[in-house]
Amino acid sequence: MKWLYGAVLAAILTGTVQAQSVVATGDLGLVVERASGSLLLVDQSDRASLARIEGLGDLSHASLVYSPDERFAYVFGRDGGLSKVDLVEKRVAKRVIQSGNAIGGAISDDGSLVAVSNYEPGGVRIFDAQTLEMVADIPTGSKTIGLVDAPGKRFVFTLWDAGETWIADLNSEEPKITRITGMGTNPYDALITGDGRLYITGLFGEDGLTALDLWQENPEPIRVLPGYGRGEAELPVYKMPHLEGWARAGQEFVLPAVGHHEVLWVDGETLAETGRTSTHGQPVFAMARPDGRQVWVNFAHPLNDTIQVIDTVTKQVVHEFKPGPAVLHMEFTPRGNEVWVSVRDAGKVMIYDTRTFEKTGEIDAESPSGIFFTARAHRTGL
Amino acid sequence: MLKTLLTIAFCLLAITSLALAEEQEAPAALVNLVRQDCGSCHGMTLKGGLGPDIRPDALGHYDIDTLSTVVLDGIPKTAMPPWRPILSEADARKIAEYLLKGDTK
Repeated sequence: MKWLYGAVLAAILTGTVQAQSVVATGDLGLVVERASGSLLLVDQSDRASLARIEGLGDLSHASLVYSPDERFAYVFGRDGGLSKVDLVEKRVAKRVIQSGNAIGGAISDDGSLVAVSNYEPGGVRIFDAQTLEMVADIPTGSKTIGLVDAPGKRFVFTLWDAGETWIADLNSEEPKITRITGMGTNPYDALITGDGRLYITGLFGEDGLTALDLWQENPEPIRVLPGYGRGEAELPVYKMPHLEGWARAGQEFVLPAVGHHEVLWVDGETLAETGRTSTHGQPVFAMARPDGRQVWVNFAHPLNDTIQVIDTVTKQVVHEFKPGPAVLHMEFTPRGNEVWVSVRDAGKVMIYDTRTFEKTGEIDAESPSGIFFTARAHRTGL
Repeated sequence: MLKTLLTIAFCLLAITSLALAEEQEAPAALVNLVRQDCGSCHGMTLKGGLGPDIRPDALGHYDIDTLSTVVLDGIPKTAMPPWRPILSEADARKIAEYLLKGDTK
Protein backbone atom coordinates (compact mmCIF):
# COMPACT_ATOMS: atom_id res chain seq x y z
CA MET A 1 0.00 0.00 0.00
CA LYS A 2 2.79 2.31 1.04
CA TRP A 3 4.59 1.34 -2.13
CA LEU A 4 1.53 2.25 -4.18
CA TYR A 5 1.36 5.71 -2.58
CA GLY A 6 5.03 6.13 -3.41
CA ALA A 7 4.46 5.17 -7.02
CA VAL A 8 1.51 7.54 -7.36
CA LEU A 9 3.48 10.36 -5.73
CA ALA A 10 6.46 9.72 -8.00
CA ALA A 11 4.22 9.83 -11.04
CA ILE A 12 2.71 13.13 -9.94
CA LEU A 13 6.12 14.65 -9.23
CA THR A 14 7.54 13.58 -12.59
CA GLY A 15 4.57 15.17 -14.29
CA THR A 16 5.16 18.44 -12.44
CA VAL A 17 8.80 18.62 -13.40
CA GLN A 18 7.99 17.99 -17.04
CA ALA A 19 5.20 20.54 -16.93
CA GLN A 20 7.44 23.42 -15.93
CA SER A 21 10.69 24.23 -17.64
CA VAL A 22 13.72 23.40 -15.54
CA VAL A 23 15.94 26.35 -14.64
CA ALA A 24 19.58 25.52 -14.01
CA THR A 25 21.28 28.49 -12.32
CA GLY A 26 24.94 27.42 -12.52
CA ASP A 27 25.86 29.77 -15.35
CA LEU A 28 23.59 32.65 -14.38
CA GLY A 29 24.42 35.91 -12.70
CA LEU A 30 23.00 39.25 -11.64
CA VAL A 31 24.08 42.72 -12.69
CA VAL A 32 23.24 45.63 -10.40
CA GLU A 33 21.58 48.54 -12.21
CA ARG A 34 22.36 51.15 -9.66
CA ALA A 35 20.31 54.11 -10.83
CA SER A 36 17.05 52.29 -11.44
CA GLY A 37 17.03 49.97 -8.43
CA SER A 38 16.87 46.88 -10.59
CA LEU A 39 18.87 43.74 -11.29
CA LEU A 40 19.54 42.18 -14.65
CA LEU A 41 19.47 38.39 -14.66
CA VAL A 42 22.15 37.27 -17.12
CA ASP A 43 23.28 34.02 -18.73
CA GLN A 44 27.04 33.53 -19.11
CA SER A 45 26.82 30.87 -21.80
CA ASP A 46 24.40 32.83 -23.98
CA ARG A 47 26.07 36.18 -23.17
CA ALA A 48 22.57 37.59 -22.82
CA SER A 49 20.17 39.04 -20.30
CA LEU A 50 17.15 36.95 -19.40
CA ALA A 51 15.07 39.29 -17.28
CA ARG A 52 15.01 42.52 -15.33
CA ILE A 53 14.01 42.26 -11.69
CA GLU A 54 12.74 45.54 -10.28
CA GLY A 55 11.83 47.17 -7.00
CA LEU A 56 15.07 46.84 -5.06
CA GLY A 57 15.38 50.42 -3.80
CA ASP A 58 18.62 52.40 -3.73
CA LEU A 59 21.28 50.17 -5.22
CA SER A 60 24.21 52.56 -5.24
CA HIS A 61 27.16 50.55 -4.00
CA ALA A 62 24.96 47.45 -3.77
CA SER A 63 26.41 43.99 -3.52
CA LEU A 64 24.96 40.51 -3.16
CA VAL A 65 25.71 36.96 -2.10
CA TYR A 66 24.16 33.65 -3.14
CA SER A 67 22.51 30.80 -1.28
CA PRO A 68 24.40 27.48 -1.41
CA ASP A 69 21.91 26.06 -3.94
CA GLU A 70 22.43 29.08 -6.23
CA ARG A 71 18.71 29.75 -6.29
CA PHE A 72 18.53 32.88 -4.16
CA ALA A 73 20.53 36.07 -4.08
CA TYR A 74 20.64 38.28 -1.00
CA VAL A 75 20.98 41.88 -2.11
CA PHE A 76 22.37 44.57 0.19
CA GLY A 77 21.18 48.03 -0.84
CA ARG A 78 22.29 51.45 0.25
CA ASP A 79 18.90 52.29 1.74
CA GLY A 80 19.26 49.47 4.27
CA GLY A 81 17.09 47.19 2.18
CA LEU A 82 17.83 43.49 2.34
CA SER A 83 16.18 41.65 -0.54
CA LYS A 84 15.98 37.95 -1.25
CA VAL A 85 15.77 37.46 -5.00
CA ASP A 86 14.62 34.20 -6.56
CA LEU A 87 16.58 33.49 -9.74
CA VAL A 88 14.27 30.66 -10.76
CA GLU A 89 11.05 32.66 -10.51
CA LYS A 90 12.87 35.86 -11.53
CA ARG A 91 11.33 37.97 -8.81
CA VAL A 92 11.91 39.52 -5.38
CA ALA A 93 10.83 36.76 -2.98
CA LYS A 94 11.16 38.88 0.17
CA ARG A 95 12.40 42.29 1.16
CA VAL A 96 12.98 43.99 4.50
CA ILE A 97 14.37 47.40 5.41
CA GLN A 98 16.84 46.56 8.14
CA SER A 99 18.67 49.86 8.71
CA GLY A 100 19.12 53.36 7.39
CA ASN A 101 22.32 52.87 5.44
CA ALA A 102 23.85 49.51 4.59
CA ILE A 103 27.20 48.91 3.00
CA GLY A 104 27.50 45.19 2.37
CA GLY A 105 26.86 41.71 3.58
CA ALA A 106 27.87 38.10 3.76
CA ILE A 107 26.33 34.64 4.04
CA SER A 108 27.47 32.03 6.57
CA ASP A 109 29.29 28.93 5.32
CA ASP A 110 26.22 26.77 5.99
CA GLY A 111 23.91 29.18 4.20
CA SER A 112 21.65 29.61 7.22
CA LEU A 113 22.49 33.22 8.14
CA VAL A 114 22.90 36.46 6.25
CA ALA A 115 24.81 39.33 7.87
CA VAL A 116 24.58 42.98 6.87
CA SER A 117 27.00 45.72 7.86
CA ASN A 118 25.70 49.23 8.35
CA TYR A 119 27.05 52.75 8.35
CA GLU A 120 23.97 54.10 10.11
CA PRO A 121 23.47 52.95 12.80
CA GLY A 122 26.96 51.43 12.87
CA GLY A 123 27.01 47.72 13.36
CA VAL A 124 26.13 44.32 11.99
CA ARG A 125 22.72 42.68 11.91
CA ILE A 126 22.23 39.00 11.28
CA PHE A 127 19.16 37.49 9.65
CA ASP A 128 17.68 34.06 9.12
CA ALA A 129 18.37 33.29 5.44
CA GLN A 130 14.98 31.63 5.00
CA THR A 131 12.68 34.19 6.58
CA LEU A 132 14.87 37.34 6.75
CA GLU A 133 13.92 37.66 10.42
CA MET A 134 16.62 39.26 12.52
CA VAL A 135 18.37 36.80 14.82
CA ALA A 136 21.16 39.01 16.18
CA ASP A 137 22.04 42.68 16.39
CA ILE A 138 25.65 43.64 17.03
CA PRO A 139 26.00 47.40 17.52
CA THR A 140 29.55 48.68 17.08
CA GLY A 141 29.14 52.44 17.47
CA SER A 142 31.19 52.85 14.30
CA LYS A 143 30.85 52.59 10.56
CA THR A 144 31.38 48.93 9.81
CA ILE A 145 33.29 47.74 6.74
CA GLY A 146 34.95 44.62 5.36
CA LEU A 147 32.27 42.17 6.49
CA VAL A 148 33.07 38.62 5.34
CA ASP A 149 32.06 35.09 6.21
CA ALA A 150 34.67 32.88 7.85
CA PRO A 151 34.58 29.09 8.15
CA GLY A 152 32.76 27.70 11.20
CA LYS A 153 29.63 29.86 11.00
CA ARG A 154 31.54 33.04 11.78
CA PHE A 155 31.52 36.57 10.44
CA VAL A 156 34.46 38.98 10.54
CA PHE A 157 34.12 42.75 10.20
CA THR A 158 36.05 45.92 10.92
CA LEU A 159 35.33 49.34 12.40
CA TRP A 160 36.29 52.35 10.25
CA ASP A 161 36.32 54.78 13.16
CA ALA A 162 37.77 52.59 15.90
CA GLY A 163 40.30 50.54 13.94
CA GLU A 164 39.11 47.26 15.46
CA THR A 165 38.22 43.92 13.89
CA TRP A 166 35.50 41.80 15.46
CA ILE A 167 34.96 38.09 14.95
CA ALA A 168 31.39 36.98 15.62
CA ASP A 169 30.82 33.27 16.25
CA LEU A 170 27.21 32.30 15.60
CA ASN A 171 27.25 28.72 16.83
CA SER A 172 25.22 29.44 19.94
CA GLU A 173 22.07 31.39 20.74
CA GLU A 174 24.02 34.59 21.49
CA PRO A 175 26.84 35.63 19.15
CA LYS A 176 30.26 35.28 20.78
CA ILE A 177 32.39 38.31 19.89
CA THR A 178 36.18 38.45 19.80
CA ARG A 179 37.47 42.02 19.54
CA ILE A 180 40.90 42.72 18.07
CA THR A 181 42.19 46.23 18.61
CA GLY A 182 45.03 48.09 16.94
CA MET A 183 44.17 47.26 13.34
CA GLY A 184 45.28 50.71 12.14
CA THR A 185 43.82 54.04 11.11
CA ASN A 186 40.61 54.09 9.06
CA PRO A 187 40.42 50.57 7.63
CA TYR A 188 38.27 50.97 4.50
CA ASP A 189 37.71 47.41 3.24
CA ALA A 190 38.90 43.88 3.81
CA LEU A 191 39.17 40.47 2.20
CA ILE A 192 39.39 36.93 3.44
CA THR A 193 41.46 34.40 1.51
CA GLY A 194 39.71 31.48 -0.15
CA ASP A 195 40.98 29.04 2.47
CA GLY A 196 39.47 31.22 5.20
CA ARG A 197 42.82 31.70 6.91
CA LEU A 198 43.89 35.30 6.34
CA TYR A 199 41.77 38.39 6.84
CA ILE A 200 43.44 41.49 5.39
CA THR A 201 42.22 45.06 5.85
CA GLY A 202 43.38 47.98 3.75
CA LEU A 203 44.02 51.25 5.59
CA PHE A 204 43.06 54.68 4.36
CA GLY A 205 44.49 56.66 7.26
CA GLU A 206 48.01 55.28 6.91
CA ASP A 207 50.11 53.53 4.29
CA GLY A 208 49.87 49.82 4.86
CA LEU A 209 47.54 46.94 5.50
CA THR A 210 46.83 44.75 8.50
CA ALA A 211 46.37 40.99 8.43
CA LEU A 212 44.95 38.50 10.90
CA ASP A 213 45.73 34.78 10.89
CA LEU A 214 42.33 33.30 11.73
CA TRP A 215 43.92 29.89 12.38
CA GLN A 216 45.48 31.31 15.55
CA GLU A 217 43.59 30.94 18.83
CA ASN A 218 44.03 34.67 19.51
CA PRO A 219 44.82 36.43 16.23
CA GLU A 220 47.13 39.44 16.55
CA PRO A 221 47.35 42.26 13.99
CA ILE A 222 50.19 41.67 11.51
CA ARG A 223 51.44 44.80 9.75
CA VAL A 224 51.76 44.41 6.00
CA LEU A 225 53.74 46.87 3.83
CA PRO A 226 53.98 49.50 6.56
CA GLY A 227 54.64 52.89 5.02
CA TYR A 228 54.58 51.60 1.43
CA GLY A 229 54.21 55.08 -0.01
CA ARG A 230 56.90 56.75 2.06
CA GLY A 231 58.64 59.58 0.28
CA GLU A 232 56.12 59.67 -2.55
CA ALA A 233 53.55 62.42 -2.94
CA GLU A 234 50.11 61.28 -1.84
CA LEU A 235 47.64 61.57 -4.69
CA PRO A 236 43.97 62.35 -4.09
CA VAL A 237 41.76 59.27 -3.80
CA TYR A 238 38.55 59.89 -5.74
CA LYS A 239 37.26 56.43 -5.05
CA MET A 240 38.21 53.98 -2.35
CA PRO A 241 39.75 50.78 -3.68
CA HIS A 242 37.95 47.51 -3.10
CA LEU A 243 39.61 44.43 -1.78
CA GLU A 244 36.81 42.02 -2.60
CA GLY A 245 37.79 39.23 -4.93
CA TRP A 246 41.05 38.47 -3.16
CA ALA A 247 43.46 38.83 -6.01
CA ARG A 248 45.60 35.86 -5.18
CA ALA A 249 47.84 35.07 -8.07
CA GLY A 250 49.80 31.89 -7.46
CA GLN A 251 51.78 32.46 -4.28
CA GLU A 252 51.17 36.19 -4.13
CA PHE A 253 48.48 38.72 -3.39
CA VAL A 254 47.97 41.74 -5.56
CA LEU A 255 46.58 44.73 -3.69
CA PRO A 256 45.63 48.23 -4.82
CA ALA A 257 47.74 50.97 -3.23
CA VAL A 258 45.84 53.93 -1.76
CA GLY A 259 46.84 57.39 -2.94
CA HIS A 260 49.46 55.95 -5.28
CA HIS A 261 49.04 54.78 -8.85
CA GLU A 262 50.28 51.25 -8.36
CA VAL A 263 49.40 47.76 -7.26
CA LEU A 264 51.45 46.05 -4.57
CA TRP A 265 52.59 42.43 -4.57
CA VAL A 266 52.82 40.53 -1.32
CA ASP A 267 54.07 37.01 -0.65
CA GLY A 268 51.14 34.84 0.44
CA GLU A 269 53.16 33.08 3.13
CA THR A 270 55.40 35.73 4.63
CA LEU A 271 53.32 38.82 3.69
CA ALA A 272 56.55 40.54 2.64
CA GLU A 273 56.50 42.84 -0.36
CA THR A 274 57.59 41.13 -3.56
CA GLY A 275 57.11 43.95 -6.05
CA ARG A 276 55.10 46.84 -7.39
CA THR A 277 53.55 47.60 -10.73
CA SER A 278 52.87 51.18 -11.79
CA THR A 279 49.35 51.62 -13.08
CA HIS A 280 47.32 54.03 -15.20
CA GLY A 281 45.54 55.57 -12.18
CA GLN A 282 44.29 54.89 -8.66
CA PRO A 283 43.31 51.19 -8.79
CA VAL A 284 39.81 50.36 -7.59
CA PHE A 285 39.65 46.62 -8.23
CA ALA A 286 42.68 44.42 -8.82
CA MET A 287 41.17 41.07 -9.65
CA ALA A 288 42.98 37.87 -10.45
CA ARG A 289 41.67 35.66 -13.20
CA PRO A 290 40.62 32.39 -11.52
CA ASP A 291 43.81 30.64 -12.61
CA GLY A 292 45.93 33.46 -11.18
CA ARG A 293 47.83 34.11 -14.42
CA GLN A 294 46.44 37.61 -15.00
CA VAL A 295 45.30 40.50 -12.84
CA TRP A 296 42.75 42.92 -14.28
CA VAL A 297 42.71 46.43 -12.83
CA ASN A 298 40.20 49.25 -13.18
CA PHE A 299 40.60 52.81 -11.94
CA ALA A 300 39.03 55.70 -10.07
CA HIS A 301 37.50 58.78 -11.65
CA PRO A 302 38.67 60.58 -13.82
CA LEU A 303 40.76 57.74 -15.27
CA ASN A 304 37.95 55.21 -15.10
CA ASP A 305 37.57 54.50 -18.82
CA THR A 306 40.56 52.17 -18.85
CA ILE A 307 41.45 48.60 -17.87
CA GLN A 308 44.98 47.28 -17.55
CA VAL A 309 45.86 43.60 -17.56
CA ILE A 310 48.98 42.55 -15.65
CA ASP A 311 50.79 39.27 -16.24
CA THR A 312 51.55 37.76 -12.84
CA VAL A 313 54.72 36.02 -13.96
CA THR A 314 56.47 39.19 -15.14
CA LYS A 315 54.38 41.68 -13.09
CA GLN A 316 54.20 43.77 -16.26
CA VAL A 317 51.17 45.37 -17.88
CA VAL A 318 50.56 43.24 -20.98
CA HIS A 319 47.38 44.84 -22.23
CA GLU A 320 45.58 48.15 -21.83
CA PHE A 321 42.29 49.16 -23.38
CA LYS A 322 39.36 51.54 -22.98
CA PRO A 323 36.00 49.74 -22.81
CA GLY A 324 34.20 53.09 -22.33
CA PRO A 325 33.24 55.70 -19.74
CA ALA A 326 33.14 54.64 -16.07
CA VAL A 327 34.28 51.03 -15.85
CA LEU A 328 32.98 50.01 -12.42
CA HIS A 329 33.38 46.27 -12.01
CA MET A 330 34.72 43.09 -13.55
CA GLU A 331 33.64 39.48 -13.04
CA PHE A 332 35.35 36.44 -14.50
CA THR A 333 33.50 33.37 -15.63
CA PRO A 334 34.31 30.64 -13.10
CA ARG A 335 37.07 29.10 -15.22
CA GLY A 336 38.38 32.44 -16.37
CA ASN A 337 37.92 32.16 -20.13
CA GLU A 338 35.88 35.36 -20.26
CA VAL A 339 35.46 38.49 -18.19
CA TRP A 340 32.34 40.64 -17.92
CA VAL A 341 32.89 44.37 -17.48
CA SER A 342 30.30 46.95 -16.44
CA VAL A 343 30.66 50.26 -18.25
CA ARG A 344 28.31 52.52 -16.34
CA ASP A 345 28.07 55.58 -18.54
CA ALA A 346 27.89 53.57 -21.75
CA GLY A 347 24.91 51.65 -20.34
CA LYS A 348 26.57 48.38 -21.29
CA VAL A 349 28.08 45.23 -19.89
CA MET A 350 30.90 44.18 -22.20
CA ILE A 351 32.31 40.68 -22.44
CA TYR A 352 35.90 39.87 -23.40
CA ASP A 353 37.94 36.77 -24.09
CA THR A 354 40.76 36.87 -21.52
CA ARG A 355 43.34 35.33 -23.85
CA THR A 356 42.77 37.22 -27.09
CA PHE A 357 41.25 40.32 -25.38
CA GLU A 358 38.65 40.37 -28.14
CA LYS A 359 35.13 41.47 -27.32
CA THR A 360 32.78 38.50 -27.51
CA GLY A 361 29.53 40.23 -26.65
CA GLU A 362 27.73 43.09 -25.01
CA ILE A 363 24.50 43.53 -23.11
CA ASP A 364 22.45 46.68 -22.57
CA ALA A 365 22.07 47.61 -18.90
CA GLU A 366 20.95 50.74 -17.02
CA SER A 367 24.01 52.26 -15.29
CA PRO A 368 25.47 48.83 -14.52
CA SER A 369 27.76 48.43 -11.50
CA GLY A 370 28.44 45.13 -9.72
CA ILE A 371 28.35 41.85 -11.67
CA PHE A 372 27.89 38.68 -9.63
CA PHE A 373 27.92 35.13 -11.02
CA THR A 374 26.28 32.33 -9.07
CA ALA A 375 29.59 30.43 -8.79
CA ARG A 376 30.32 32.80 -5.90
CA ALA A 377 27.94 30.63 -3.87
CA HIS A 378 30.75 28.14 -3.32
CA ARG A 379 33.61 30.44 -2.39
CA THR A 380 34.49 31.66 1.10
CA GLY A 381 34.49 35.43 1.33
CA LEU A 382 32.17 36.05 -1.62
CA MET B 1 23.27 95.77 -43.05
CA LEU B 2 20.19 95.75 -40.90
CA LYS B 3 19.97 92.02 -41.38
CA THR B 4 23.56 91.62 -40.16
CA LEU B 5 22.90 93.82 -37.15
CA LEU B 6 19.77 91.89 -36.33
CA THR B 7 21.63 88.62 -36.65
CA ILE B 8 24.35 89.89 -34.33
CA ALA B 9 21.79 91.13 -31.84
CA PHE B 10 19.98 87.83 -31.99
CA CYS B 11 23.20 85.90 -31.49
CA LEU B 12 24.13 88.09 -28.54
CA LEU B 13 20.71 87.49 -27.02
CA ALA B 14 21.05 83.79 -27.58
CA ILE B 15 24.48 83.73 -25.95
CA THR B 16 23.25 85.77 -22.98
CA SER B 17 20.27 83.51 -22.42
CA LEU B 18 22.51 80.45 -22.72
CA ALA B 19 24.85 81.89 -20.13
CA LEU B 20 21.90 82.66 -17.88
CA ALA B 21 20.58 79.14 -18.27
CA GLU B 22 24.02 77.81 -17.37
CA GLU B 23 24.07 79.88 -14.21
CA GLN B 24 20.66 78.67 -13.17
CA GLU B 25 21.20 75.02 -13.79
CA ALA B 26 24.04 72.66 -13.11
CA PRO B 27 24.94 71.01 -16.41
CA ALA B 28 24.07 67.35 -16.79
CA ALA B 29 27.70 66.24 -16.68
CA LEU B 30 28.23 67.89 -13.29
CA VAL B 31 24.99 66.45 -11.94
CA ASN B 32 26.14 63.03 -13.12
CA LEU B 33 29.50 63.58 -11.41
CA VAL B 34 27.79 64.52 -8.13
CA ARG B 35 25.31 61.64 -8.23
CA GLN B 36 27.66 58.95 -9.42
CA ASP B 37 31.18 59.89 -8.40
CA CYS B 38 30.55 61.90 -5.23
CA GLY B 39 27.83 59.27 -4.73
CA SER B 40 30.39 56.50 -4.43
CA CYS B 41 31.15 57.81 -0.92
CA HIS B 42 28.12 59.96 -0.08
CA GLY B 43 25.52 57.60 -1.57
CA MET B 44 23.74 58.11 -4.85
CA THR B 45 20.91 59.91 -3.07
CA LEU B 46 23.63 61.87 -1.20
CA LYS B 47 22.26 60.83 2.17
CA GLY B 48 25.65 59.60 3.27
CA GLY B 49 27.82 56.50 3.24
CA LEU B 50 31.45 56.42 4.19
CA GLY B 51 31.18 60.18 3.64
CA PRO B 52 28.53 62.26 5.43
CA ASP B 53 25.04 63.30 4.36
CA ILE B 54 25.39 66.15 1.83
CA ARG B 55 21.73 66.95 1.28
CA PRO B 56 20.70 70.62 1.76
CA ASP B 57 19.53 70.21 5.37
CA ALA B 58 22.86 68.71 6.36
CA LEU B 59 24.83 71.44 4.57
CA GLY B 60 22.91 74.35 6.13
CA HIS B 61 25.96 75.69 7.95
CA TYR B 62 27.90 76.18 4.70
CA ASP B 63 27.79 79.18 2.42
CA ILE B 64 28.61 78.84 -1.26
CA ASP B 65 32.20 80.04 -0.89
CA THR B 66 33.08 77.69 1.96
CA LEU B 67 31.45 74.71 0.28
CA SER B 68 33.21 75.44 -3.02
CA THR B 69 36.50 75.52 -1.13
CA VAL B 70 35.75 72.17 0.51
CA VAL B 71 35.08 70.67 -2.93
CA LEU B 72 38.29 72.16 -4.34
CA ASP B 73 40.64 71.49 -1.43
CA GLY B 74 39.06 68.56 0.38
CA ILE B 75 39.16 68.09 4.14
CA PRO B 76 42.58 67.03 5.42
CA LYS B 77 42.69 63.97 7.69
CA THR B 78 39.44 62.69 6.20
CA ALA B 79 38.57 60.71 3.07
CA MET B 80 37.33 63.88 1.32
CA PRO B 81 39.83 64.44 -1.51
CA PRO B 82 40.75 67.77 -3.12
CA TRP B 83 38.99 68.03 -6.50
CA ARG B 84 41.05 71.01 -7.69
CA PRO B 85 43.21 68.84 -9.96
CA ILE B 86 40.17 67.88 -12.03
CA LEU B 87 37.56 70.60 -11.46
CA SER B 88 37.61 74.32 -12.27
CA GLU B 89 36.61 76.86 -9.61
CA ALA B 90 33.51 77.62 -11.65
CA ASP B 91 32.54 73.94 -11.68
CA ALA B 92 33.10 73.63 -7.93
CA ARG B 93 30.88 76.64 -7.43
CA LYS B 94 28.15 75.12 -9.59
CA ILE B 95 28.37 71.92 -7.58
CA ALA B 96 28.13 73.86 -4.30
CA GLU B 97 25.09 75.75 -5.62
CA TYR B 98 23.51 72.52 -6.77
CA LEU B 99 24.04 70.90 -3.37
CA LEU B 100 22.76 73.88 -1.37
CA LYS B 101 19.82 74.62 -3.64
CA GLY B 102 18.25 71.32 -2.86
CA ASP B 103 17.68 69.85 -6.31
CA THR B 104 19.24 66.81 -4.74
CA LYS B 105 15.97 65.34 -3.56
